[in-house]
Amino acid sequence: MFVGAIFFPLLGATISGLFGRWLGDRLAQWASVLCMVLAAVCGVLAFGQVALGGHPVVQPIWTWMDVGGLEVSWALRYDTLSVVMVAMVTFISTLIHLYSVGYMSHDATPARFFAYLSLFTFMMLMLVTADNLAQLFFGWEGVGLASYLLIGYWYDRESANRAAMKAFIVNRVGDVFFMLGLALTYYVFGSIEFATIFPAVEAHTNDLFLGVNAVELIAVLLFLGACGKSAQLGLHTWLPDAMEGPTPVSALIHAATMVTAGVFLVCRMSPVFEYAPTAKMIVTVVGASTAFFAATIGCVQNDIKRVIAYSTCSQLGYMFFAAGVGAYQVAMFHLFTHAFFKALLFLSAGSVIHAMSDEQDMRRMGGIWTKIPVTYAVMWIGNLALAGIPFFAGYYSKDAILEAAYASHGGAGLYAFVMGMIAAFLTAFYSWRLLIMTFHGAPRADHHTMEHVHESPLVMLVPLLLLAVGAVLTGYIFAPLFVGEHAHDFWHGAIFNGADNHVLHAMHEVPEWVPLAPTVMGVAGIALAYLMYMVAPGLPVRLAQMFSARPQLVRALPLIPAEGAEQRTEPDPGGLYGFLLKKWYFDELYDAIFVQPARRLADIFWKTGDARIIDGMPNGAADLAVQVSRGAVRIQTGRVANYAFAMIIGLVVFISLFLIGR
Amino acid sequence: MNAAGFPLLSLVTFLPLAGALIIMSVRGDEEVVARNARWTALWTSLIVFLLSLILWARFDQSSAAFQFEEKLAWLPEFGVGYHMGVDGISVLFVLLSTALTPLCILASWEAIGTRVREYMIAFLVLETMMVGMFAALDFIVFYVFFEAVLIPMFLIIGVWGGPRRVYAAFKFFLYTLLGSVLMLLAILYLWYNAGTTDIPELFAQAVPRSAQTWIFFAFLASFAVKVPMWPVHTWLPDAHVEAPTAGSVILAGVLLKMGAYGFLRFTLPLLPEATATFAPLIFVLSVVAVVYTSLVALAQEDMKKLIAYSSVAHMGIVTIGIFTLNQQGLSGALFTMLAHGVVSGALFLCVGVLYDRVHSREILRYGGVAGIMPAYAMVFMLFTMASVGLPGLANFVGEFLVIVGAWKVNPWVAFGAATGMVLGAGYMLYLYRRVSFGKITRDDLRMLLDLSPREYVVFAPLIVLTLWMGIYPQSFLSFFEVSVAALVQRHEAALGAARLAGM
Repeated sequence: MFVGAIFFPLLGATISGLFGRWLGDRLAQWASVLCMVLAAVCGVLAFGQVALGGHPVVQPIWTWMDVGGLEVSWALRYDTLSVVMVAMVTFISTLIHLYSVGYMSHDATPARFFAYLSLFTFMMLMLVTADNLAQLFFGWEGVGLASYLLIGYWYDRESANRAAMKAFIVNRVGDVFFMLGLALTYYVFGSIEFATIFPAVEAHTNDLFLGVNAVELIAVLLFLGACGKSAQLGLHTWLPDAMEGPTPVSALIHAATMVTAGVFLVCRMSPVFEYAPTAKMIVTVVGASTAFFAATIGCVQNDIKRVIAYSTCSQLGYMFFAAGVGAYQVAMFHLFTHAFFKALLFLSAGSVIHAMSDEQDMRRMGGIWTKIPVTYAVMWIGNLALAGIPFFAGYYSKDAILEAAYASHGGAGLYAFVMGMIAAFLTAFYSWRLLIMTFHGAPRADHHTMEHVHESPLVMLVPLLLLAVGAVLTGYIFAPLFVGEHAHDFWHGAIFNGADNHVLHAMHEVPEWVPLAPTVMGVAGIALAYLMYMVAPGLPVRLAQMFSARPQLVRALPLIPAEGAEQRTEPDPGGLYGFLLKKWYFDELYDAIFVQPARRLADIFWKTGDARIIDGMPNGAADLAVQVSRGAVRIQTGRVANYAFAMIIGLVVFISLFLIGR
Repeated sequence: MNAAGFPLLSLVTFLPLAGALIIMSVRGDEEVVARNARWTALWTSLIVFLLSLILWARFDQSSAAFQFEEKLAWLPEFGVGYHMGVDGISVLFVLLSTALTPLCILASWEAIGTRVREYMIAFLVLETMMVGMFAALDFIVFYVFFEAVLIPMFLIIGVWGGPRRVYAAFKFFLYTLLGSVLMLLAILYLWYNAGTTDIPELFAQAVPRSAQTWIFFAFLASFAVKVPMWPVHTWLPDAHVEAPTAGSVILAGVLLKMGAYGFLRFTLPLLPEATATFAPLIFVLSVVAVVYTSLVALAQEDMKKLIAYSSVAHMGIVTIGIFTLNQQGLSGALFTMLAHGVVSGALFLCVGVLYDRVHSREILRYGGVAGIMPAYAMVFMLFTMASVGLPGLANFVGEFLVIVGAWKVNPWVAFGAATGMVLGAGYMLYLYRRVSFGKITRDDLRMLLDLSPREYVVFAPLIVLTLWMGIYPQSFLSFFEVSVAALVQRHEAALGAARLAGM
């Protein structure tokens, strides 16, 4: 069971990846779906035994390496923390496999797609069940690979290739820090196995490394690694571009599972972070800033998937600052509920795109809610959960996060609370902006597209409905376990809270207005969106023009199809609107300070350093030798008189030397 | 006598020469000669490989001593003898050489159409020299093999290479020869000092502190060129670009390891104090190598040149690992050497597959290959990822151990090594994207055939090795664990003794 949950997806990936051509597309697809179902069954059973039954297990497989005291083994560590992830990942991944059967039915190579998807699931499971940092890194890089392959799945699109490469390389930047954190962990603790590190942290709290507290440094390095994978401020640039991949990919990887790996890492390393207050503060501030920053961008994007991508980024910020204030359980809870409703949102967006003949720009949608009622209904549920409207899943977890931030009392906690509140308002706003622009108003697509709008097939609707059930119920059902009265028994020591960390209790004793505030913010956001997009649909464009430096570049709402069909990059209107539309100019900044200089440097090193300077020496020496030998050839004239003259001169020189020397 | 009961190492070393003699004696028209030469070379190298597997099976992993030793008097009055043997450090390199040779012969099956007989002879002679070099336990014997490797390689590049082959061959030859001359002087000094050139006996005698610096630099001159270290690396891209595919494979797979092997075999044990003193110099050169050559690789327009530069960067990791002088670093360096031998050899074969079909190494000539050659694209992706250092594949284990080892010495060196992770991903993925992905723009690419059965046979062992080394590296690490531990211990003891003497 424990091994099965992890290795069934690998089996599925192997079957459809290596033998897909012989099996045929249908058989390969269903084989990998079947493997996923088996994995999900194992995952849920494991959840029952480990989390509900309270029996953590470590299942060793074999030694990976053992070099001079550095022992690393392949092993599956099942405690509540990992089993929550295993159950969630296998369950959602199964639904997404199922959905993909419908979504990818017109694709040329679905077997390849399913192989990647299953491979991704396997790597993610390896990541969460790792019992040491190196195996975690294996999964970490493995999901990076799978995400690279999936983003670039349509490899004949230049933009997809670019996005895939960007994702891998930005992630690698984070990985460098992860690797260094790993090396430092070994340096400090003499081991990278969790079972050895965690009890030893307390004894090493005062260790210094290069004049810095070693435990703090480990925590910061690992967090920087987590920033890459979880798209936090600074290393977030790859996530929106990753939407080039097929929609089920966005749902599985870039919403529900992979991007949460960073949050998982911080929670997994809670014994280390608990002794690193500065690092926790950094986590809180970065998380809170990301929550706010991504939400502001989400408000002006026009690509339906990009809006949801920025919303993911923002929600990850919430999880991070929850972990930063010490409420790891709450972070995991939001991670858990978020997986359901965000997967739901992405898949319904996919259903919309499917219906609209692959149109992703919301300015060319509208007026389709009667034609695809099921998609419309589940999108509502997803948005209600995301906005934190009472009794939907997000309400329980987001409220808990904001309460925890308020209750933590630090300056960072307060900052997080304020940012979280603003972000909650913005979240509700962009969610309803998305909903209204997509489904309501006058149809803005061309006639041809509108005629083809159709509801998705059953194989896509079933996963949507199941996820919708999850988006409604997971909060209510699991709140007592994750953060409520049963939390202590449920977690069973998988997460460590320091002796002076009382956030989990304090969050239940905040003033009465605190739990109410996020709901008010959410409703206000919805109201504003309704006002701007339903009641006065001309207002947004006028506002955009007002806040632009070059208003003529703002594109008016009913887009003329010819104008934007091929032209994917938006013109930059400048001003505040341009600042948001162009995502705070991060891409432009990185291009100017990293990409271009690296290219120029590469050219200089190659053409000047290697070709002219380093090669110049041997080539110059060779030329010199040739010239000298040419000179030597010239001396040999063949005339006896010349030779005789040279001999006499030589004789004179030698005799004089001899005489002087004596 | 030794664990095999017969002179195994000599047999493995000189059997290829016997094969070469057989090929030489074949007569007939060109077609017949070529076919005979191919089959004879393949069988010879396969038999040699099977014989060398005895080493794998019978090697005692718990001992740091030299095994399978053979000793014959050669010039007893000068203290020079024919002495062969392997320890944990060298045994896997013997196996790497014997394993890559049959693959190279198979890879040249159709690619080489002219002077096939001479080509196969050159390859078998090359195998003799490589194996002999790794197995030699007498400095003179070592030197002979070390230098003799150049001759067949010079011919392979110069005769069967690309358009600029003569320039590349001479550059390769002169560069490496120049360094070796200095090493010969150092060997003469050591012989004069100890009265013998037997390596185990040399280990027992300390070299005076004053002489260590000079000998260190003499060795450095020779080994640094072979590795190659920055800034004496420029012969490598030229040699790789011009060499035929199989030549590149051997060059990257085995010949580049000779320099690093020299450091491990001679510099570290013989010159402990100089090693400790000049380790920072090596670190600086290596980190520069990693960053500099990775950036240069990013700008390349020729596939082989790009992979050649990536080799220099990987060897930078190796030299960092060697001079960390701790167990993780040294094991990591050895492992990276082996992994790099497999992976970059395989990458050159991948380039060769395209070159055989299109006859161009220019990256921009390609694009969209993944659509027409899916199996090839998958193989190429696997080795690209291995080269990037993805965990679970061969290179990662070595890089990981080197970074962990380097951190103990100096975290900034570790950071420098780790930047290679980002840059490496950059140039390899950029290469892969331009070759495999994108739309097919040229009509002649549409006609390409996917891997042939022969090519599957060439790649299969390399794929298995790459995965095996990534997932269960312990079966390789355990070979050199004890030897490396002994090396570290001896180094520390020597430094301790020197410190005592200094007080």
